[in-house]
Amino acid sequence: MSARRGSARQAWVALRALLLMTVALGIVFPLAITAIAQLAFPAQANGSLVRSDGRVVGSALIEQSFTTAKGVALPQWFQSRPSAAGAGYDGRASGGSNAGPESHSLLTAIAARRAAIEKSDGVTADRIPADALTASASGLDPDISPAYALLQVPRVAAARGLSESAVRALVESRIQGRELGYLGEPVVNVLELNIALAALK
Amino acid sequence: MGAQLWLFAAQLGTVILVLAVAYRPLGDYMAFAYASPRHLRVERGFYRLIGVDPSSEQSWPAYVRAVLAFSTAGIVLLYALQRVQELLPWSLGLGPVNEALAFNTAVSFVTNTNWQSYSPEATLGFTVQFAGLAVQNFLSAAVGIAVAVALVRAFAARHSSTIGNFWVDVTRGTLRILLPLAAIAAVLLVAGGVVQNLDGFHTVTTLSGATQEIPGGPVASQEAIKIVGTNGGGYFNANSAHPFENPLPWTSMLQIILMLVIPFALPRTFGRLVNDNRQGYAIAAVMATFFVVSSTVMTLLELGGSGSAPRLAGAALEGKELRFGIVGSTLYGTSSTLTSTGAVNSMHDSYTALGGGMAMINMMLGEVAPGGVGSGLYGMLVIAVIAVFIAGLMVGRTPEYLGKKIRAREMTLASLYILTTPALVLAGTALSFAIPGVQADVTGTSIANPGLHGFSEVLYAFTSAANNNGSAFAGLTANTPWLNTALGVAMMLGRFLPIVFVLALAGSLAQQDPVPVTAGTLPTHRVQFGGLLIGTVVLVSALTYFPALALGPLAEGLLHS
Repeated sequence: MSARRGSARQAWVALRALLLMTVALGIVFPLAITAIAQLAFPAQANGSLVRSDGRVVGSALIEQSFTTAKGVALPQWFQSRPSAAGAGYDGRASGGSNAGPESHSLLTAIAARRAAIEKSDGVTADRIPADALTASASGLDPDISPAYALLQVPRVAAARGLSESAVRALVESRIQGRELGYLGEPVVNVLELNIALAALK
Repeated sequence: MGAQLWLFAAQLGTVILVLAVAYRPLGDYMAFAYASPRHLRVERGFYRLIGVDPSSEQSWPAYVRAVLAFSTAGIVLLYALQRVQELLPWSLGLGPVNEALAFNTAVSFVTNTNWQSYSPEATLGFTVQFAGLAVQNFLSAAVGIAVAVALVRAFAARHSSTIGNFWVDVTRGTLRILLPLAAIAAVLLVAGGVVQNLDGFHTVTTLSGATQEIPGGPVASQEAIKIVGTNGGGYFNANSAHPFENPLPWTSMLQIILMLVIPFALPRTFGRLVNDNRQGYAIAAVMATFFVVSSTVMTLLELGGSGSAPRLAGAALEGKELRFGIVGSTLYGTSSTLTSTGAVNSMHDSYTALGGGMAMINMMLGEVAPGGVGSGLYGMLVIAVIAVFIAGLMVGRTPEYLGKKIRAREMTLASLYILTTPALVLAGTALSFAIPGVQADVTGTSIANPGLHGFSEVLYAFTSAANNNGSAFAGLTANTPWLNTALGVAMMLGRFLPIVFVLALAGSLAQQDPVPVTAGTLPTHRVQFGGLLIGTVVLVSALTYFPALALGPLAEGLLHS
């Protein structure tokens, strides 16, 4: 068999193999996994949606903003990390700032965020943790550090007319330690914290 | 920093422990999968439908033709699917992808690179994702392992004119190895919170009264093979940093293990197939040495947090997810850049200058420690051929590896192999700044961080493309005619030229009768050879890339340390 005829035959074999594999791996496999997922883990498979007052308010895994439309922090809510997803917290445009370590725009942004928190929370710059000043990789990071959550307690309590000790106790009850003691970092899920906060009377 | 280092040690220890436990059973299973004379019933039906006799063996040129025919068909189909996207079901109202981007993406997924010039949420509907991209996640991985197995067979062969049957190898790799692992991984990921549904975006009114769109899609099924097949192309733009791709610290650890498990077990498969398990241990030990050193260095650099922005913020957390922390980010970043996966759970562009430089160095090692599925093993075996040649020169003997003589033809092919990728990386980067019109486009449109860091973005892009990694300094806008085309060409040549050289090498090794082991034979399973192999890997990459690194990450890191 000549090399040329061999190649033509191989191309025909390749095409048939590819189409059959597409049916098996590209259609049957994802649909089978979807069926298993929907039967075994429907809550997770559909986005870990969470409710407040019976209404779906978002996903426990996806960060949302607690600001005015113009981006000014609402004092009565715990604030999430800064977000570079689209114009901020955009579920259609996940991503980070991708600003390098010497980026002027990043330096300006960090300084502005720091000044805003110093003003809103009345704290000195050295008490502000890094997660409050930096945008995450996805722009949808649902968590903040316990330090950043605790820092916000006096402001939130004052804005809601609640006692600081009650709000602090709520935050402390919501701190999740490292998985198995050594995976990840201690975090507080902001949306779940705020849902619990809204229920606090 | 001390506590963080303990966390790192514990996490690294977990990875090594799991890989060590999986090494023998998975490696032996894969050896059995490729060597077994029996065909499963479903496989026999498949061979009949595609018109292949599974008992026939191919010469190396026939094997090459089959690889190229299969990959070309993959590129054409994936290109076509993107171009007619608006006609497909579940397109989510998204239109056709433009020519340059569709070419880049088709090449990217068929070459196991999974470079993404596009933002998936805004570009691709469900059908292109699962019937196009996810299929190539399986098949490109299976092709890589098939080529590695063909090379290993050639080392074990005696006076043979054939190196196996590509169609059998690719089918078995897909059905017996990748599919079961991906199915298990997908279910575990859903349990952790990765979404798997056929809904589009879901608009909700948030707690504070704003609106937000929550994405949906068949993510877990694609995520699983993206990781297991060392592909790395994200369902979402943020890749494995997206909470719907990688929701928890343990899912991140699972992904790290899954992207390493096949590449680290393949040396065992190699040892089994050449009937000397010690050879497999030697290769695995060399790979593990690089992994431990590299992940430690990157972690120290990121924890150190040098550079203006990390110092101002107090830590290098820009572009990192809090639930993974710095340690969980660097361990993932190292695993992903050393395996040619290219998935990211943090944004490498925002790393410290030297930390980001480590990600580049990992890829510049040639993706051999442990490298992509299959491609890592064949890359390391080619470098082993070079290492025994160097050793042979030192003592004045004809070099041999596993009883096969390394003669002029074998050395020529090995040299061509190791020259291909650096030539593509350096030429691509240089041309981006040397062609007048292109330079204006690259510096004006593509680069996000001007100056030294901008050079690093371009160097990273070509390093990633030519080594078939797929990660990025993602600030770079690569969706331009020049970068889509140049990176597409780099990915294609960076994948298929080395495969042709490897298969030609396999053909010439298979033909030889093994020479008997004598007192003068260099033992290739001892520490001495391991050291020589490590030295050769470093030598081949360090000398080639040092000047380019000096212009980018090294200069930036030293200026602002």
